[in-house]
Amino acid sequence: MGRRISYREALREGLREAMQADPRVFLMGEDVGRYGGSYAVSKGLLEEFGPERIRDTPLSELGFVGAGIGAALGGMRPIVEVMTVNFSLLALDPIVNTAAMLRHMSGGQFSVPVVIRMATGAGRQVAAQHSNSFEAWYAHVPGLRVLAPATVEDARWMLRAALADPDPVLIFEHAQLYNSEGELPESEPLTVDIGSARVRRSGTDVSLITHGGSLPKALQAAQELAAQGVSAEVVDLRVLRPLDDATIMASVRKCRRALVVDEAWRSGSLAAEVMARIGEQAFFDLDAPLARVCSEEVPIPYARHMEEAALPQASKIVAAVLALMGVAA
Amino acid sequence: MSDSPLPAASAGAVPWETSFSKAVLGDMLRIRRMEERAAELYGQQKIRGFLHLYIGEEAVAGGAMQALQAPDNVVATYREHGHALLRGVPMNAIMAEMYGKALGCSRGRGGSMHLFDRSRRFFGGQAIVGGGLPLAVGLALADKLSQREALTACFFGEGAMAEGAFHESMNLAALWQLPLLFCCENNLYAMGTALARSEAQPDLCAKAASYGVSTERVDGMDVVAAHTATQSAAQQVRERCVPVFLEFQTYRFRAHSMFDPELYRDKQEVQAWKQRGPIHSFSARLKAQGSLTEQEFVALDATAKAEVESAVVFAEASPWEPVADLWRDVTTPSGAA
Repeated sequence: MGRRISYREALREGLREAMQADPRVFLMGEDVGRYGGSYAVSKGLLEEFGPERIRDTPLSELGFVGAGIGAALGGMRPIVEVMTVNFSLLALDPIVNTAAMLRHMSGGQFSVPVVIRMATGAGRQVAAQHSNSFEAWYAHVPGLRVLAPATVEDARWMLRAALADPDPVLIFEHAQLYNSEGELPESEPLTVDIGSARVRRSGTDVSLITHGGSLPKALQAAQELAAQGVSAEVVDLRVLRPLDDATIMASVRKCRRALVVDEAWRSGSLAAEVMARIGEQAFFDLDAPLARVCSEEVPIPYARHMEEAALPQASKIVAAVLALMGVAA
Repeated sequence: MSDSPLPAASAGAVPWETSFSKAVLGDMLRIRRMEERAAELYGQQKIRGFLHLYIGEEAVAGGAMQALQAPDNVVATYREHGHALLRGVPMNAIMAEMYGKALGCSRGRGGSMHLFDRSRRFFGGQAIVGGGLPLAVGLALADKLSQREALTACFFGEGAMAEGAFHESMNLAALWQLPLLFCCENNLYAMGTALARSEAQPDLCAKAASYGVSTERVDGMDVVAAHTATQSAAQQVRERCVPVFLEFQTYRFRAHSMFDPELYRDKQEVQAWKQRGPIHSFSARLKAQGSLTEQEFVALDATAKAEVESAVVFAEASPWEPVADLWRDVTTPSGAA
């Protein structure tokens, strides 16, 4: 048996452990210290570790993300927190042009062991400029590892593996998940896997492939589908780059139908990439066209009913699966 | 600039040991001859892509690099052949890199704009204007946090001062009191855009000073001034653990890159600056005070040229990286970190 813990607390435990384990680790970002973290993830850590290691930064995403990369080059193990993925666009340059490329373009001379965490996703009525899911933009880039913890277990342990990785790792924490709770097994994992996807619910009729904040929606949809006699398997990608093709294909080959749930806009999305790979690798195992549920291609609106309409929802997933199965809804 | 006459080249006595003066002159000649040859090789299509020459600006690196120490970090731009060379990257490795060969200092993957040398703490070769600045902030932060005694010298052009990265980096370095030496190489043109056409405040020291750091404007055509200013700035950075900003006023004699037809400046202006050329003005001063003979100059120059020719032979002979290695080092191979 485990203990009940929130996603936020799990992240904080991971941070605390990392800070205790290695003096080279420090956390920096906007309001991570005095304020306690904009999502309260780092609350209490300033008192425990002091302002040098829980370092508040000015509103300078380009500057402090770049500085995190430089500090990693200089021998530290920085964890950089960016308030939201929308703000990380101000730091795209150092992440993409520097962190991701440095090792290859220097002929293998430098590793950049930086971890960059940020909140992603919509669902809290914070409107167009705080609600996107741009993970796929980062997952596009060779040289980066992109993680999306969706469970308390991954929230608790992924950071350890990310810090052990000699290359830049981005961790996307869906803002809707911070308050979610789950059972955390008491035993410490021997190794933390940041290379593979995980089947979160086993099924036989359709494979629902998703990540992050869409995982609870996919699980809910699977439950509703079960009541209607459809057995849905739910695959949590967990790692958005490199994608774990083997787990995806194994699930698709078993279920022979696949639907991708991705909170990003569909054009050029991770959903598009996953579907393309299934098309390349498992086309002849499919009994139905590939399908996806993504956000509507509009800026995410503020009003609750409009926001809900723009995002993937369990009801939309259920309807899409029933259509795929040829069942009239 | 063409409206106002330039100040005469510095003609004062060189207050250095003769051996040091000759070493510095030799350094500048090595950069000059290497780059002149690189331009020829570009014409022969041995070197491709972008090639940004430092010719005319050698006094900056020539003076500044001598003031740095082995544990220091150096971050430079895509106009960095001279910085890399004087930081100690072998000319063979630089030339082979420009050729794109496997024995280049970045294994042929970076080319002219991405020279790197981990063993000499030379962090590039950064080709996004302003991109090196936040990186330098992080290197200096790492040194401060780990109580490692070193400074980080970051070279950038005046064009970078219009980037947000400059302001964010100045603010962070000053706010956190980091051992960071900002070395602005003001050659008056951001590619083809003159300083006065891109900066509301063309007084670059005034911009930097607004962050509460000490600043100094330096004659970047005078290697003695460049060395003296860097020496004293580096001392401040080391002793007080603060950032310092230096503006080296310099000029590039060649085009921005090999694709540049130079429509934005007139030949008279270029000629006027060439009168202040860093190599001939410095050697004239040494000769005037009896520290250098013409024969000695010719000998130094011949040594530089011989090194260049041998680097060309090395680059020609170097193998290409096998295509099978294309995917190597996208990420760190296990066991290599």
